[in-house]
Formats: sequence, C-alpha cells, structure tokens
Amino acid sequence: MADLVLIVRLAGRRIAFPASDVESVVELGGITPAPRAAAHVAGLAALRSRVLTVIDCAAALEIGHMADQPRQDAVIVPSGGHNYALLVEAVEDVVEAAPPVPVKAPAGAGWDRVAIGMVDAEGDLLLLVDPHRLAAGPAAQAA
Amino acid sequence: MDELINDFLAETREMLQALSGAIVAWEAEPADRGRLDEIFRFVHTVKGNCGFFDLPRLRELSHAAEDALSEVRAGHRSADPRLVSAVLGVIDRIGALVYALESGEALPDEEDAPLIAALGEQPVDVVVEQAAPGGDAQAPRTIRSIRLSVDLLDRMMSGVSDAVLARNELARRLRGAPRDVGVEAAFERVSSSIAEIRETITRTRMQRIDGLFAALPRMVRDLASELGKQVLLEVDGGDVELDREMIEMIRDPLTHMVRNAIDHGIEAADDRVAAGKPPPGSLRVAARQVGNQILIEVADDGRGIDGDALMRKAVAAGILSEEQSERLLPAQKTELIFSPGLSTAGAVTAISGRGVGMDVVRANVERIGGVVEVESRLGLGVRFAIRVPLTLTIIPALTVSAGGQLFAIPRSAIEEILRIGGEAVRVDQLGEAMVATVRGRRMPLVALPDLLGVESRAAAAGDSKLILLKPAGADLFALAVDMVHDHEELVVKPAAPAVMAAGLYAGTTLGDDGRPILLLDASGIAKRAALRLDDGAPDAPRAEPCPAAPAQPETSLLLFHALDGALRGVPVPVVERIEDVAAGAVQVSAGKLRVTVGSRILPLAGCIAPPDTKLRILRLTDGASEIAYGFAKVVDIRSATIELRPAAAPGEVAGVALIDGAQVELLDPYWLFAAHAEAGPEEPAEPPVCALPAGDPWMDNMLRPLIESLGYRVVAATEGVTADLLIARAEDEADHGVHADEVLRIRARPDAAGAGDDSIYRYDRASLLGALRVRTHSRSAAKEGGVNG
Repeated sequence: MADLVLIVRLAGRRIAFPASDVESVVELGGITPAPRAAAHVAGLAALRSRVLTVIDCAAALEIGHMADQPRQDAVIVPSGGHNYALLVEAVEDVVEAAPPVPVKAPAGAGWDRVAIGMVDAEGDLLLLVDPHRLAAGPAAQAA
Repeated sequence: MDELINDFLAETREMLQALSGAIVAWEAEPADRGRLDEIFRFVHTVKGNCGFFDLPRLRELSHAAEDALSEVRAGHRSADPRLVSAVLGVIDRIGALVYALESGEALPDEEDAPLIAALGEQPVDVVVEQAAPGGDAQAPRTIRSIRLSVDLLDRMMSGVSDAVLARNELARRLRGAPRDVGVEAAFERVSSSIAEIRETITRTRMQRIDGLFAALPRMVRDLASELGKQVLLEVDGGDVELDREMIEMIRDPLTHMVRNAIDHGIEAADDRVAAGKPPPGSLRVAARQVGNQILIEVADDGRGIDGDALMRKAVAAGILSEEQSERLLPAQKTELIFSPGLSTAGAVTAISGRGVGMDVVRANVERIGGVVEVESRLGLGVRFAIRVPLTLTIIPALTVSAGGQLFAIPRSAIEEILRIGGEAVRVDQLGEAMVATVRGRRMPLVALPDLLGVESRAAAAGDSKLILLKPAGADLFALAVDMVHDHEELVVKPAAPAVMAAGLYAGTTLGDDGRPILLLDASGIAKRAALRLDDGAPDAPRAEPCPAAPAQPETSLLLFHALDGALRGVPVPVVERIEDVAAGAVQVSAGKLRVTVGSRILPLAGCIAPPDTKLRILRLTDGASEIAYGFAKVVDIRSATIELRPAAAPGEVAGVALIDGAQVELLDPYWLFAAHAEAGPEEPAEPPVCALPAGDPWMDNMLRPLIESLGYRVVAATEGVTADLLIARAEDEADHGVHADEVLRIRARPDAAGAGDDSIYRYDRASLLGALRVRTHSRSAAKEGGVNG
C-alpha cells in the first residue's frame, strides 16, 4: 500500500516526512527568539492563536544553522502536546511512496538519528525523516 | 464526607430518573422479571449506601422494599397490584427524601411506617398516597447539581482559552481597521461575555481540596501500624478550593511528604517518651489560600532534619565541596534535603521507597509553578510547605522588555517596580555581582538582558527599571529590565520541553499584538542567577536589612472599594481569602450581622444591613478567629511605605494614607476583631494577653506574628483593655489607657537613647524573644504557684 510523504528541501538535500505526521505547511514570518532555550530552538511563532515552537532543523541535525530569512517555509508537526514548526528551505510536494526500507549506508550522525528509512517516491530515492525526533533535538536523543 | 453524600444523592437521583421507565412498565406488567430485577437493584444499592452514610429513614425504606422484592424474586410471593403500589410508594418517598437532602430543605415529615407496613403480606388498611408513577407530577424543581465528565470541562476550558486568544487577535485587527462604532460595540459585548464565560468555567474547575485529604487518614493509619508508630493526624482547610488539574498535580508530592514524615520524621513511641514528647507523634496537614496561591503544609513533631548530617553526606557524595560546606547557613543545610540522591534515613525503608526523594517532590511542584519550602528544628519537627498557584491557565502578569523583546512576569511574584537612578535605589557593582539597595534593604540584582544574553536597549544605564521579585519561598531579588509595559491577563500554556530547558520560563502566551510572549519564572531566574553568583562571587549577597539605615517598613496591602464606595486597604497577611456569598447567606442573628460560609458562621463587618444581591467578602483572620468583611470590588495589591494619618476616633478605619496619589483608608484589624470576633468553641485555656498599639504596620505585620507564635493572644491597645503585657513604641509615653502588668518598649533606632533606656531595638530578635519568653514563663509560673498554694 502506498503512503503519502511530504517532500521538502533541507540542508541542500531533498528529504521526505510521513504526511500523516504533518498538520500543515505554512510560511512563517516574525519569529520571537527564546533566549537560553535549547540550541535547536529558533524561537516561537504564533499561528491562529497557537504558539509554535520553531525548530532550526540544521541545528537539530547538528550540521550548523539555517540562514536567517524574513519569511521561511515551515512544516507544522504536533508532537507530545506541543506544536512545532520545523523550518525547511523549501516545500516541494506531497506524493505517494512505497513503504520505507532500511537505509543501506550510514547517512551521517545527525541524519541517522532522525531517519526512519528510505522511500522510493516517484522514482527518486529519499531519506524518510521522523519529524518528532527532529523536533526533540540532539539533547533529547542522547538521553 | 459532604462530597461523598452529594455524590450518593446525585447518583440516587440519576438512578431514579433512569428507573422511571422501568417503574411504569412494571406497574403495567408485574410479572416482568427484568423490570423487577431493575427495581430490586435500585433499592438494594440505596440500602447499601445508606448504611454507610447514616441516613436511617432511607435505609429503613429501602430495606423494607428490598425484603419484599426479594421474596417475589424467590417466588414466595406474587407481585400483586397492592405490592406494586406499596413499592412505588416507597420509591416515591425515597425520591422525596433525596430531593430534600440535596436541596437542603426540611425532610418531608410524613410517617414512613405506614408505607413500610403496606409492603407486608397482610393487607393493611392504609391508603398509600399515590404519586404519578415513574416520576414527579410536580413541576420540575431546581436541581442543585449535575455531574459532568472532567474531560468535558477540560475541553470547555481550552475552548475558552482559545476564544480569549481569538478575541485578542480580533482586538488587534480592529485597532488597525477604520473605526466603526457599531462594530466596536458588538466587539465589546463579545469581549465581556467571553470574560464572563471564562470566569464561570474557571470556577467550575475549582474543586475542594477535601478529595485530596480524604485519603490521608487511612494512609496514615496503615503506615503507622506497619511501622509500629503512633501518629495523630490533624487535617485542616479541606474547604480550600483550587483548580482540578492542580489537585492532581500535588497528589503525589503530598503523599510523598506525608509518607516521609511518618517514616523518617516521627520517632517510635519509646524514643519519643525518652525525648520527653507524648508517645503519639503529631502530623498536621493544612491548606489555606494566601493571595492567589494555595499553601499546603505538612508539619510533624518528629526528630527534625539533621542539617549537619545532611551536609556531611552531601560532601561525601561529592555534591558539595568541603569549602562550600563551611559557608552554609543552617537553613541552607536543611535545604540539602532537596538535593538528588540524599536522604536523612540511615537505611532505605519499604515505605518511602528507594531513589525517590524530596528532589523529585520539588521538581514536580516546580513544574507547575509552585515552590517547596522546608523548615526544621532538630528534635522538634519539620514543616514542609508547598505553594502552588490557584490555577494553571490564566494569570495576571506584567509585560516588560529586554533587548527589544517582550516578556511577561507573573504579578504574584512582583513586590514593587522602581526606576534605577531614582533616589530610593542604589546599585553597586561587586566584582561580577551587582547589589541593589532599596530604602536600606540590600538584595542581589540580576540584569535580565545579561541573563538572556541579549543587548540592553535602555537608552542609558540609569534608565532601566527595577522590578523587585519575591519568588514564593525564596529571597527577594531585583531584576533590571529595559522597560515596563503593561498589566495584562494572560492565557498561559506550557512551553515545549526544549524551551523549558532554559530554566527561566514558566510558559508561553500570546500578547495583544498576536506575538508569542515568554512568561518568566521568578524562581527559575533566582536559581540561574544564584548559580552564576556562586561561580563568580561565592559570597552571594542576600536580602537582609541593612543596619546602617533603619528600614522603612513596607506593608503589602489589598486595596478595595468598600460597599459605601470608599477606597480602603487591609494588610494582605490578615486576609485569609476572598469569597462570593449569596444574599441569603447574610442574616441578622443573635444581635449581629452574620454570614454563613460553608459550614461556618462568621461575624460580618463592613456592611450595615443584609445586601439584596450577592456579596463579596474578605475573610480576615487573626490566627485564632475569623471575621468577614463585605466589600464591592478588589482594586489591587500594593506594597507601600505607609505614613498613616490616624483617624479621629478608634473604629474600623485606623486612618488614612497616601498610596499612588490616592487617599486610602486603612482598616484596623485590631478594632475589627475586638468588635466582631467571637472566640471559637474550641478556644484553649486562657493564653496570656498582649496589647499592641494599633495602626503601626511594622507591629501588625512583623511583630504580631512573632508574639502570637509565642502563645500570646494579641489585642489592640485601646482604652480600657486589660493585658498581661503592653508593647509600646519607645518614643510613645502614653499607655493608651491599657491596664498592663508589664510594659515592653521597642525603639526603631539601633542605639539606646541613654543609660536609663530599657527599650529594645525592633530588629534585635534575640532580645525581643528573650523578653517575651521571660514574660510568658513568669506568668505561667505565677499561675502554677497559685494553684499549688
């Protein structure tokens, strides 16, 4: 049975999120910083009277920080009673994909931590990433 | 217990309603076994519950019906129409009794005996008055309560929170749009109805803490017998209400503290006798409302916490260095009980469990914005206090900015707001640490921009604002911010774990402009700042009275509009809580205006005649008795230095003071209690009496609790009062017409005026205590002597 995946561009790569984990895709502007919060938290943003915790996905993968832009695409993921907005470079499409299979080669420390497997989406082989693990960040994974 | 009875009554009423169909069907066809069983189950359940609740009439009725019906079920009797009517008569009577109990009306006084006799096998010559079967022919009467699922309440609350946020967003958009009077009026209506709904639902979620306390007696009994100890449990304040969610959150910490007290605190009976204590240990669990917080205390009279032993363990465990341990104050040693992995118990016992300690209790309480405090006296007992906010969701807050970003601070933690560079404030830099001196009080200063690692946007260094914060249970400190903006009521939601990891925030909220605002956590900031001070400058300055400049006392006042419209104030410590009472609860009885609050009758001051609408009251307490004071509206809570202009004659108003440019009449709690308070029925043998000059805020709020803690009964020093001891200001020669055996003079300045000056400096605690104790002892000695001679 084919599952839907959301294809986004992150850290120069195309990756996929399971569409069932994603609530919506929005364009965010005006992120309020959260000083002294965990390093992968870019700040807070509001969406329809809800507070979103904005996640810098590059920092969550421990591969640097995302470029600062006035408006950024974000993937909204409810997780553990909180709403997270995962910042991505671009949102491409929602497509059908075959069930994931294990990744054959190490994808790198950060990626390995968040990867579910790889999926074949319309002929392209993409890394399927668990958005909850991405939102939790490096510290929670280590614990 | 009340709650249980109410539950039982509500349940019975619901069963009756559900049963009405079955009763009608049974009457039509008495042979129907299914209906019979249904009715039997009902009377059986009622009988069982009544035995438990001591409701004899209900029990006899249901018992008789159960007997008759069980004979029918066993086939010894047939369900003839006479029996059916008799059973229905009984069920109707049960309904009437339940209704009367629930609504608090007088019980219907018809005899139950004829109804019971009618159930017998022999025809009885009694006409059973037959109500319409299956329910009530009478017009539906008001029912006092319904039962709702908690889940539904939670969803209502979150719906209302969203409505408030949506309202805020709408308000923001309206401000940007062209003005339209019609739209604005409609918006105002929406706003006020949302506010009303929110208030009602907040109240719906309030629950008496009874439910939490109800499990304690059994738990204490079981634990005590398991450990072979004797424990007397005293529970107080079950009528305090707080948010349902909070009750769930403090259930575990409270249980843990009670277990600890019995397991580690209270000694075995033999040891207690050896230590000169009564064999049964005493454990006191009490709840009360203090401002917008609930204080829950667990106090035992056991062996106390050995701070030095704790300290040695902490050093051995590597939590503290030798050097650090030498600098600890006694209170800080006791505080070590909250360190992870430390316990005073020599051995791990089955009761308190392994590995779960007070550190977990503290963490759990802090997670909900609360604080745990501990106070221990070696050999005499331990007192733990949990302070938690009333509700989790909506709090009054002050918005401030640092580095161009808005933050919110809960109003409950704020003592005062000042401007740096003002006359009252001095800031000194000591190494990396900063110390603020405010009217003689020194306290650590934390600069919010530095703490957050952002750049201050205050125009000049002297332009920052200083907020004095008093996190519940911790020391006062000053927080410097760039700007102070506004007071707002904020809907607070928990922040994501990655944000909470900062340790500085209590939650998130949305401001009127729709942007997220982080709610600062005063205790978290204190902790973060203290850590930093520990690293850089080990001798962290603590808030303390500065001896060089005699402190101008500050009083925390609750300001309110009285029923006659006057702006009045009362010291916050005197206010037990604020409550709404129905007009019917106020009556002139036994020659005084009195108000019924829960199960108590309190004298009512502040109003002249019973009101015709609902009334708000302040419940004032002097520690022993309570009185109510009717008022119209709360204005604010303010800390202020009071320069009292005394009233012309003693009365409920002590005098007038200027607060924020307005004249505020200050209530005179002494006069109020002297005039209205009544000794409770359980008043102990006469305590020594101490007369205090009225209207001196220092004496009211600082000295008075001290005196009371020594067992004195405090009265106002007014004309004609007789007291064992009179406290007077040194500069005050008059004795206020008080007949006192002895006079203790207290001076405001540290140095004595001359050789003949026998007065005591007000902050010389040791001398004060000494003088007061000598007097209690000499008095009791005199008394004993009198008895023996």
